Amino acid sequence: MNQSMRKENFAWKATAHIVLASLTVLTVLPFVLLISASVTEERSVIANGYSLIPPAFSLAAYEYILAEWGQIGRAYGVTVLVTVIGTTVSLLITSMFAFGLLQKGVPGLKVILILLLVTMLFNGGIVPTYYVYTRILQVRNTLFGLIVPNLLMNAFTVILVMAYIRHNVPAELFEAAEMDGANLFHIFFRIVAPLSTPILATVGLLTAITYWNDWINGLYYITKPELYTIQLLLNQINQNITFLASNASKLGNVDLRSLPSATIRMAIVVVAILPILLAYPFFQKYFAKGIALGAVKG
Amino acid sequence: MSSQSLVSSETTLLRKTAVARRRRNWSKITATYLLLLPGLVYLFFNNYLPMVGIVMAFKRIDFRLGIFGSPWNGLENFRFLFASGDAWIITRNTILYNVVFIVLGIVVGVSLAILMFELHEQKIARVYQTLILLPMLMSWVVVSYLVFALLSTETGFINKTILPLLGVNQPIAFYQEPKYWPFILVLANMWKGIGFGIIVYLSSILSINPEYFDAAKVDGASKWQQIRHITLPSLKPVVIIMVILNMSRMFYSDFGLFYQLPRNSGLLYDVTQTIDVYVYNALMTQNNFGMSAAAGLYQSIVGFILVIAANAAIKKISPEHALF
Repeated sequence: MNQSMRKENFAWKATAHIVLASLTVLTVLPFVLLISASVTEERSVIANGYSLIPPAFSLAAYEYILAEWGQIGRAYGVTVLVTVIGTTVSLLITSMFAFGLLQKGVPGLKVILILLLVTMLFNGGIVPTYYVYTRILQVRNTLFGLIVPNLLMNAFTVILVMAYIRHNVPAELFEAAEMDGANLFHIFFRIVAPLSTPILATVGLLTAITYWNDWINGLYYITKPELYTIQLLLNQINQNITFLASNASKLGNVDLRSLPSATIRMAIVVVAILPILLAYPFFQKYFAKGIALGAVKG
Repeated sequence: MSSQSLVSSETTLLRKTAVARRRRNWSKITATYLLLLPGLVYLFFNNYLPMVGIVMAFKRIDFRLGIFGSPWNGLENFRFLFASGDAWIITRNTILYNVVFIVLGIVVGVSLAILMFELHEQKIARVYQTLILLPMLMSWVVVSYLVFALLSTETGFINKTILPLLGVNQPIAFYQEPKYWPFILVLANMWKGIGFGIIVYLSSILSINPEYFDAAKVDGASKWQQIRHITLPSLKPVVIIMVILNMSRMFYSDFGLFYQLPRNSGLLYDVTQTIDVYVYNALMTQNNFGMSAAAGLYQSIVGFILVIAANAAIKKISPEHALF
């Protein structure tokens, strides 16, 4: 490598570092602002706004959350419950469906595959879906309302799992077991599912993140505060603030103290994203792989 | 044993195994359908029943009568939607934002992926990538709080810290000023989504045979020439696929982005309301089932046409990526 090329290489690497490092800082900055806001003294926020380094440190917001853990803790519990049940059931239905579709010599599977693919092309839209779930299935204000609509199974994940089984689980393996008279469920749970752990883990991770972060189902189907997830609780606080702000003149003297203060709000957000922030270093490799996988065929 | 009885016992044996196989085949069919059953039930309720419900767009919905008992009113819902002028605004917003997202997503995503590739063997590159990907894990509700911390008139970082530093003492009421929102929404979308783009394009660059770069270096090609003649041409297929896939979603928008960030503020609707937000508002705040169903059907049909067109385009350019 000659002198000029070395110089050029250095210039490129330096540019890359400068651009990516500043981008990384810009990406992280809002999180710093959030965390700093949650540990700033309320009075300081009202006087000087949110800042990157707390001018006056205080844990009052977190003390408040601990004292009022009833509602927030409950929302937390609902979130965990929905995430665990949703992810488990979703993985089960999706992988069973994928394995079922891969069977040979069973009539009708082609039609079912087409029925599955059609859902990627056309959907009835929000309004009829809302009607089906509220009027026919009556999921309003139940855990089902948070778990079932739109999130349990989708064609795209089924196809991902199918492709993985087809390429990575040798067909001879379960055909041999079939010859020995083992039934399909046995083969599925004992042979196919264990051998598909990598794809199930990836899909499970993405599904779990989706459930943890979902607020749209709640927006449509939940009005009872007891069933709020942490995301819904945050959404509700937002709406209450917007409502009061736009109606302050009509309502006259609004007691703004009834709202979570500027710092408490941010502290609740920190509490909501804490599990993801803490777990992220451990799952980031799988997460990056998962979305790359999704992109290839997505 | 006579040879005849031997033959007959063999045929009975054959017959027996045939019966057993048929029985096993039936049990296999049953088992297969049992595996499929939960998913089929789900598809029925979650996807197919709502497709039937599309008739709502052509009815004046009266809940005491149910969907099918409600009287037909032809295209009245659609006439109302298009006459109001809302249809034009929400269509324009949905499409324009999508165009900007697609173009910026590719230009910025590819550029950053190329820069990331320069560093990819270094540990620090992993740190950059990990942190740039972090916003993808946040819900739009959470992002709306982050944006509020930046933009709030009373306590926002920009109004309280940045503007005074720049010598501007008049705070900007972002949540009441439509003119800032196209920029805010585009920036927020980039902030949340660019990590995904980088990963997609970087994984494509990493799959280029390194010998090409080595050969180019031996020939004395500059970095810039390598990018122009090796990297960019190799990225062409993945870029085309991303464009086409995004074009097939052109009539859909990320509900969270457009609903949460502007806090559903009516003052900003002109530049923030997309079809999805409109359908939500018509349904949940105005309880206008007929019109929101009409808007939803309008979206589904145009969306469907776009998917078909996009698929035809993929088929022409890179058949192995076609959906059907």
